[in-house]
Amino acid sequence: MGKRVLVIEDEPNIIEALSFILSRDGWTVHTHSDGVNANERIRATPPDLVILDVMLPGKSGFDILRDLRADPEMQALPVLMLTARGQTRDRELAEKLGVNRFITKPFSNAEVIENVRALVTG
Amino acid sequence: MVSFNLLIAVSLAYVAFLFIIAFVAERQAERGKGKWLRSSVVYTLSLSIYCTAWTFYGAVGYAARSGLEFITIYLGPTIVMIGWWWVLRKLVRIGRSQRITSIADLISSRFGKSTELGVIVTLIAVVAATPYIALQLQSVTLSTAVFANSSGQNWGAPELASAAFWVAVGLTLFTVIFGTRNLDANERHNGIVMAIAVEAVVKLFALVAVGVFVVWGVAGGIGPTLDLIDASKIAEWSPPGGRWFGLIFLSGAAFLCLPRMFQVLVVENDDESRLSTASWAFPLYLMVMSLFVVPIAVVGLDLLPDGSNPDLFVLTVPLAEGRSGLAILSFLGGFSSATSMVIVATIALSTMVSNHIVVPIWLSSRAGGAMMSGDVRYAVLTARRLSIGGVLLLGYIYYRLSGGGEALAAIGLISFTGVVQILPSMIGGLYWRGATRWGAAAGLITGFAIWAWTLFLPSFGADEVIPQIVLDQGPFGWAWLRPQALFGFAGLDPVIHAVLWSMLLNSAAFVIGSVLTFPLPLERLQGAQFVDVFEHSTGTRSWTHGGAEAEDLLVMAQRILGSTEAQDIFQREAGRQGKEGYLPDVTPQFVEDLERELAGSVGAATAHAMVGQLVQGASVSVEDLIAVADETAQIMEYSARLEAKSAEQERTARQLQEANEKLTALSIQKDAFLGQISHELRTPMTSIRSFSDILREGGATEEMQARHAGIIHDEAVRLTRLLDDLLDLNVLENGQGTLSRQEGHLRDVIDRAIAASVVGEGAIKIQRKRTEEAISLDTDLDRLTQVFINLIANAQKYCTAADPVLRIVVRKAGGRIAVDFIDNGDGIAKEHQEMIFEKFSRLSDHRKAGGAGLGLAICREIMIRLGGSISYLPGQGGAAFRVILP
Repeated sequence: MGKRVLVIEDEPNIIEALSFILSRDGWTVHTHSDGVNANERIRATPPDLVILDVMLPGKSGFDILRDLRADPEMQALPVLMLTARGQTRDRELAEKLGVNRFITKPFSNAEVIENVRALVTG
Repeated sequence: MVSFNLLIAVSLAYVAFLFIIAFVAERQAERGKGKWLRSSVVYTLSLSIYCTAWTFYGAVGYAARSGLEFITIYLGPTIVMIGWWWVLRKLVRIGRSQRITSIADLISSRFGKSTELGVIVTLIAVVAATPYIALQLQSVTLSTAVFANSSGQNWGAPELASAAFWVAVGLTLFTVIFGTRNLDANERHNGIVMAIAVEAVVKLFALVAVGVFVVWGVAGGIGPTLDLIDASKIAEWSPPGGRWFGLIFLSGAAFLCLPRMFQVLVVENDDESRLSTASWAFPLYLMVMSLFVVPIAVVGLDLLPDGSNPDLFVLTVPLAEGRSGLAILSFLGGFSSATSMVIVATIALSTMVSNHIVVPIWLSSRAGGAMMSGDVRYAVLTARRLSIGGVLLLGYIYYRLSGGGEALAAIGLISFTGVVQILPSMIGGLYWRGATRWGAAAGLITGFAIWAWTLFLPSFGADEVIPQIVLDQGPFGWAWLRPQALFGFAGLDPVIHAVLWSMLLNSAAFVIGSVLTFPLPLERLQGAQFVDVFEHSTGTRSWTHGGAEAEDLLVMAQRILGSTEAQDIFQREAGRQGKEGYLPDVTPQFVEDLERELAGSVGAATAHAMVGQLVQGASVSVEDLIAVADETAQIMEYSARLEAKSAEQERTARQLQEANEKLTALSIQKDAFLGQISHELRTPMTSIRSFSDILREGGATEEMQARHAGIIHDEAVRLTRLLDDLLDLNVLENGQGTLSRQEGHLRDVIDRAIAASVVGEGAIKIQRKRTEEAISLDTDLDRLTQVFINLIANAQKYCTAADPVLRIVVRKAGGRIAVDFIDNGDGIAKEHQEMIFEKFSRLSDHRKAGGAGLGLAICREIMIRLGGSISYLPGQGGAAFRVILP
């Protein structure tokens, strides 16, 4: 069984796209589309990697990341952040909050796979 | 024996006579005929209100008790009158040039028209005069009682009290009638002055008559009288220097400070030259008044049984000798003394109370509009009448409280000491420019407090106000604060003790206070006017004697109003007079106008003073004045600059802040908007790119490929729609694009909207009443349709009911037509209702809708442009929108 990746994203088509390419690359993909319960979901069954969207309903990706990093057990969990807003301020904020990788939408599939692999094996 | 009824009848007749005198004098004055009313003789006689019942009856009693010391009470005023050139002349000049109405007004005016000082002096004067008025009531009742008892009635306390009450009522009436007839600017009362002049004659005549009778009728000539004097204890008495000087000082000071004396000396004075006559005539009057005091005293002591009240010898000696006519005359003399004093004192005090306390309170409690109407006049007169009643009531109350038992002289001295607390401020104000209002207030309050503590309060008697133990040991056992032995100086006569300490500390407080504080510009100006009154005024206060150069006035006006405005005024006036340039003739009218202009800047009093100084041909004061004007202008300019500066800074700061807020808000909005657009554009692009990558990479099943291609297609459509919406919104928001008005029917519009949006299986069910929709429209029907489509589509997308229904209801509301779109879903939470019309405000739980959240924003813009409106209609069960048609 491959490594587990949790995709937290609210756009159904993007979830489908990410699920498709990650599964094809051998990952076990779980998805979650709501901001509010995202942290509970992560803690309940910690994945090997989290792919986190910024604009989520209920709670932003930044807030989720902040809460995640506040938990000592979750400080090492690799997080790859996706944003459609693409502003440098978002990137800076994400880095400050302890993100591992940061990708701006739209992304190429290769870019996603490359980053995901780097985070888990590296 | 004198019939008591006869006495009453004679008294009433006498009062009626006084009424007639006063009335005639008033009438004469009104007709401008009364020159004889204003002679030096009348003036001198009016001063005789100094000789009250205390003098008339009390001097004899004083002599019987303390020998020649009673003379001191006459010596003080005599010295003041003889030295009229130094103090009185100045007072009168100031009084006239400043239109002073009372001693409180004098102090207030001197120290920069200070309201507070006016109040302080008024309170001091009222408190100090109250025992004195009580004294007059007492003397009238006591003397009446003498007759009552001699005619067989036995008067006790109740009768005395009621007599005092009726005397007070009668005096109130008389004073109200003649004291408040008019509200002259100069506060002169011809009728009353005339009446008191007559009373002055009556009392002098009465006392002399009794004296003549006593010397030649009782004692048997001058020789035997002198023998009697030699034999009495009065001859044994030798003057203790200190007490004499103290009393002479006290009486002289009181002569200047008593409100009623100020009234007749200064306020009622119409011509300074009266003073030079009065300077010898009044001392002469006093001398005659005192001539027979000692003879009456010794004869009374000799003739009447021991224990007789020497204060009443003037009455009781003629009565004892059976001279009823003389006794009645004597009674009338005493009555005159008492009433004239009370009337003038009451007028003076009521003027002060109304001008300095009642009217300011009344004015401040009303809107400023009252200043412009006749209201003020009426209010001032009413205030004055009430004050007259109030002052007499106080006197009556004191009379009842004090029990009326004190010797007359003692009460008089208490009043004197109280009222002379004004002296340091007055004299200081007249001669010392450096005196300030703080100094005056400090002195007045200090002196008043010491007077009250050492003399006034103890005068009620031990344990009445001040307990015996405090008198003996001081408050809290502080011996140095014993009321009658301040700082351990025991053994002094209480009056001298009080005078000494109160004057000393009053003056010290006045000087120290003045040195420590700095006078305001207005105070300095008033100070200069008071101290140098002879250099500044001619004694006539009218602009008609104008000696001012237009240039002087211009210079001054420029300093106050600023060059442009001042020159403007002068040029305008010159033009009106047909002259060129800036220097018009100084006409009275122009001066008045100018004063009004200046008053707008520096206040009426200062403007009047400044203009007055120049116009009255001031010889040297121009520099002084300019200095004050300069200073004022500088201060005004400086403060105006500061104010302007700070106002400007504030304004700039506010503008900056506003701009900043606006910018911040704009940039936040712009950031948010850009972020939103970015997000809305990138999201479909992400799917498109990702799936097109997947397609390109190949390897998927055909079915999968078809699905992915479908997604790409949908997302491309979504992207296009988003761009369309954005452009549409942009056009609407910027007011670009034209509306294409058409005529049509509401029913058709709704038909088209439903046809365009309700498609496919499971579509929402529409309920409508087509009959209600038969309404013709004249507007942009395509845009209206767009709004309806949007609302129907939203209901389709978001209505969560299992069996979704949308009701379209047409109502007439307030002359307009409302179309409501109400579905049967969950509705929209209250906290979201306000923001749903904002851009990108798509409620996030419904991502599936695929819109960019611009629909309702576009609807709102459309309805605004069409001249209608759209709003969320809460409380309808489901989500409900109301469109109000143009």
